[in-house]
Amino acid sequence: MVPAIQIEQVSKNYGGIRALDAVSLRIGQGEFFGLLGPNGAGKTTLINILAGLVIASSGSARVLGHDVVADYRSARRALGVVPQELVFDPFFTVHETLVFQSGYFGLRDNRGWIEEVMHNLDLSDRASTNMRALSGGMKRRVLVAQALVHKPPVIVLDEPTAGVDVELRQALWQFIRRLNRHGHTIVLTTHYLEEAEALCGRIAMLKQGRIVALDSTQNLLRMHSGCYLELRLQPDRLPDSLAALVTLRREGGYRLALRDYAEVESVIAGLRSAGIAIQELEVLQPDLEEIFVQIMRRT
Amino acid sequence: MNRDPDRETGGMPVSHRPSPVTGFWTLFRKEWLRFWKVSVQTILAPILTVLLFLVVFAHSLSGRVEIFPGVDYAAFLVPGLAMMAVLQNAFANSSSSLMQSKMTGNIVFVLLPPFSHQEFFGAYLLAAIARGVVVGAGIFIATVWFVDLRLERPLWSAAFALAGSGVMGALGIVAGIHSDKVDELAAFQNFIILPLTFLSGVFYSIQSLPPFWQAASHLNPFFYMVDGFRYGFFGASDVSPWLSLAIVGGSFFALSFFTLWLLRSGYKLRH
Repeated sequence: MVPAIQIEQVSKNYGGIRALDAVSLRIGQGEFFGLLGPNGAGKTTLINILAGLVIASSGSARVLGHDVVADYRSARRALGVVPQELVFDPFFTVHETLVFQSGYFGLRDNRGWIEEVMHNLDLSDRASTNMRALSGGMKRRVLVAQALVHKPPVIVLDEPTAGVDVELRQALWQFIRRLNRHGHTIVLTTHYLEEAEALCGRIAMLKQGRIVALDSTQNLLRMHSGCYLELRLQPDRLPDSLAALVTLRREGGYRLALRDYAEVESVIAGLRSAGIAIQELEVLQPDLEEIFVQIMRRT
Repeated sequence: MNRDPDRETGGMPVSHRPSPVTGFWTLFRKEWLRFWKVSVQTILAPILTVLLFLVVFAHSLSGRVEIFPGVDYAAFLVPGLAMMAVLQNAFANSSSSLMQSKMTGNIVFVLLPPFSHQEFFGAYLLAAIARGVVVGAGIFIATVWFVDLRLERPLWSAAFALAGSGVMGALGIVAGIHSDKVDELAAFQNFIILPLTFLSGVFYSIQSLPPFWQAASHLNPFFYMVDGFRYGFFGASDVSPWLSLAIVGGSFFALSFFTLWLLRSGYKLRH
């Protein structure tokens, strides 16, 4: 099967700055894929190359087998992009904005789908409202609707929940999940790593224009062999022998980082010999955020 | 957000074949509505400006100046003023639209779709011509009631209105793409477009100028636009209308090729 996205040896230079350095990536059809990285890692540059907004200095990018430069019409028709910036055209209403966006993609009579997208994003009541009069969250919904209005099989969401309230965030993810269940490929960049962990089947991590990790979310989570131990103690102190393990000190508690589960036993023994009673004990798995921080530090 | 599981949303097959003509037409329509929705500012205001010019100049000079035999100065003035407004508004339409879209970031909505550079150029150009022609027609309708206007060769006037606004629409696209700040576009407008249109023989015949300024006027492409347009009204002009048409048409094609090349290169649009 043709991959939804195929990026081969893509580099991008801005003057002397190398924003992307020989990035290669293959995303299969129907995947929910996460693209993570700190600010300036090259995520948006990579997305913009796919969307034709940025021209790669070298390498090639394809959307459903269509080269984004040589066969840009087919590539762009296959792609829906929700841009990171909250941009809008102040001259038009929500409905006009969507009708225009649909028309730009060559779809003349697309009313049924436009109404359906508005319904699903809870925009129907605002169809006649000028874009200027919408709240930030509503504008974000319109951006999502604009990306979906030409029925693209590949949808790229560039930090779609930045500055969005919890209700919209959850509702948006339910809608996007459903599109993914129906076969749409989703590529997501986000700084909310718990979202990426919950949604994405595979994740690539970028740092300084290079891919530094690329694996399934489960495999990435398994990379960290250690765990965390959260303790509430009486008296509220640790013996010196355990002080080096402390990663977090909270009111009435400690979080210790352990190399593996076997170390739990030695911590308990150390506390017992120091005459310190354990009031509460919880073993925690590392989450994607921990993995992300580790990978970024290591590379 | 309302998600009704019974509504089929995910399957999204494209049910009808996309057409590039629809894309082009939609972009033109959007650009048309962009100025039509604020027509008080984009159409009525330039008509009022021209009427004020007409009242002041015609009142001061009517009866004292006769440029073409048997043609009242007010009648001489109207085509020049109309053409000046056509040119300025065609330029303003494409330049301000692109400039504002770039500044607000919503240019992304016309860069993401599968437009060719020809479609992109054609839609912005046609909208610019449309605004120029609408303003020109509005001036004609507003003045025809109190100025004795002849329109002896309407096809000549139409050809110069279209070609002239085409030149300015294309120039507006270049200026809109090139300018990164409002002041850059304003400088383009105030220091190039405005002086060249004012010194193009709108208010006078260049025959009345000293030889040096006559020669200088021949270097101003706007002069040929105004002179050719006026020829359509009175059947008289400072230079041959064929020469004017060749210069204006040549400028249009040259500028169009340059603008298309600029768009194809992605200059300041696709980095």
